[in-house]
Amino acid sequence: MTTRKFFSSPWRTVGFVVLLVITFLWLVPFLQAILTSFRTNDDLMLRGFFSLPRQISLKSFAEAWQRGGLSYYLPNSFIITIPSLILTLFLSSLSAYALARYKFRGNRALLFLFVGGMMLPFQVLMLPVFRLTDALGLYDTYWGIIAFHTAFQLGFCTFLLRNYMRTVPGEIIEAARIDGCGEFRTWWQIMMPLTVPALAALATLEFTWIFNDYLWAIVLLRSDRLKPVTAGLATLQGQYVMDWTVIISGALLATIPSVLVFIFLQRYFIEGLTLGATKG
Amino acid sequence: MMPGNKTLTKLTPWLFLIVPLLIYLVWVIGPMFYTFYLSLTNWDGISPPGFVGFRNYERLFRDPVFKISLQNNLKWIISFITVPVVAGLGLAMALNRSIPGAKFLKASFYSPMVLSLVVCGLIWGWMYQPANGLINGALRAVGLDSLAQGWLSNEKYVMWSIIAVAVWRQVGYVMVLYLAGLQGVDPGLIDASRVDGCSGWQTFRHVIFPLLAPVTVIVVTISIIDSLRAFDLVSVMTRGGPYNSSSVLANFMYIEAFNNYKMGYGAAIAVILFLISLVFIFIYLYRTMQTELEY
Repeated sequence: MTTRKFFSSPWRTVGFVVLLVITFLWLVPFLQAILTSFRTNDDLMLRGFFSLPRQISLKSFAEAWQRGGLSYYLPNSFIITIPSLILTLFLSSLSAYALARYKFRGNRALLFLFVGGMMLPFQVLMLPVFRLTDALGLYDTYWGIIAFHTAFQLGFCTFLLRNYMRTVPGEIIEAARIDGCGEFRTWWQIMMPLTVPALAALATLEFTWIFNDYLWAIVLLRSDRLKPVTAGLATLQGQYVMDWTVIISGALLATIPSVLVFIFLQRYFIEGLTLGATKG
Repeated sequence: MMPGNKTLTKLTPWLFLIVPLLIYLVWVIGPMFYTFYLSLTNWDGISPPGFVGFRNYERLFRDPVFKISLQNNLKWIISFITVPVVAGLGLAMALNRSIPGAKFLKASFYSPMVLSLVVCGLIWGWMYQPANGLINGALRAVGLDSLAQGWLSNEKYVMWSIIAVAVWRQVGYVMVLYLAGLQGVDPGLIDASRVDGCSGWQTFRHVIFPLLAPVTVIVVTISIIDSLRAFDLVSVMTRGGPYNSSSVLANFMYIEAFNNYKMGYGAAIAVILFLISLVFIFIYLYRTMQTELEY
């Protein structure tokens, strides 16, 4: 429908305006955060949010980045997220392949286990996982939290990849086998390239999930120097209790990676979400 | 063929499975059972756990904070299965046709989803700030001074104020799921109902909505499970206060276990939370596996 034709109906025009207003209201939290971050705290506290800024400055960003610790919290998030992501995708592509391509006793039960596990409330795992990392000497290290993220995300990734792999025609796999392709080569050279679209969607989704995790960061890490940006922001909040411009600037800096994902990988993100909830 | 080949073929899936499965069992499934054991002990995080039977549970059922937390989780669930579902479905219906700027509008609604809950909590915490925040500022600007208040410090409103943030973030997600569901609705059916004289609402009520029923079941189930997982927002915005009025089970458990070092007690809370979730996990499993059985 052309734009002109769309607006030829007055009702449709009214509806559209209402929709625009709702959309604007939806974005208000972002907009007010951006406006806040460029102001000074004294200015805001003296004259309230609805006042013309006396001065515009980037000081709050600098403060949050340097003394607020964002300069190491943000890299820490990547140090934790990237290995977890690679490991969980790799391992789940193995288990997904087994569940998608082989008939054996316990196949259905294992799928059940993976899917059920991914829905668990985190609290039911917290204490034993805390104890386990402690016993393995992994408490308060990157490896402890990487191990847990990798393990926990296996459930969802296995489920999603398994469903995707089932849609690959069996003839392709059979043909490879007849040509004398070994099991592992079939998986790596035939199945994996065909699974790339699902892996892309899954990787995007998992990146944001692991990156945004807060609970496990505060359970499995104690040192300030190791904290990812979510836990770091909570610390920053305690440090700058009343200094809202610094807190908000920090929050916005922490958002940059998510915004980049949103801009460049939006399609995959949405695909991942819908694949996870409706397929299977 | 070599004689051992048949066993080898039988073993192949397990070769693929062994590493991921072991990791999963050690870090996810095993811990779940271990929590049951811990809930029967007086573990304090330092000395070895001592068995105390069901004492933690007896104490739990008399604990007023447990009751508040349960009620708050219930408020969260009820809000989550109504507001985002209605709003998300409404938006999906509105945006599922060619309207100008549909792409931008959709993106606006699901943009909160990529943010961490911590960031959402901080941004909204500032909007709720009583003296200088946006909400009270706006209320005062239009002369509604009497409505301006401490959104996060008033025991009556604090829980709803936090739930509002969660709802804001959830609507886009539900919209995405419904939009995907609408892709699967045959436009021929809609045309047919229009030809038969159905109004727009009747078409929605009797044709589209029933066709979306599977999506609705998944959305509602996921929403309930998410509500029971609620933790980050409360932790960042109020830590359950004032006077535990915004405590939810997940935060209650965390505080008892990690701040008060009553790990056995915390485990008992976790078990209760798990048992409540279990019902919905089974519904989800049933729905997702149903299609499996048709293979």
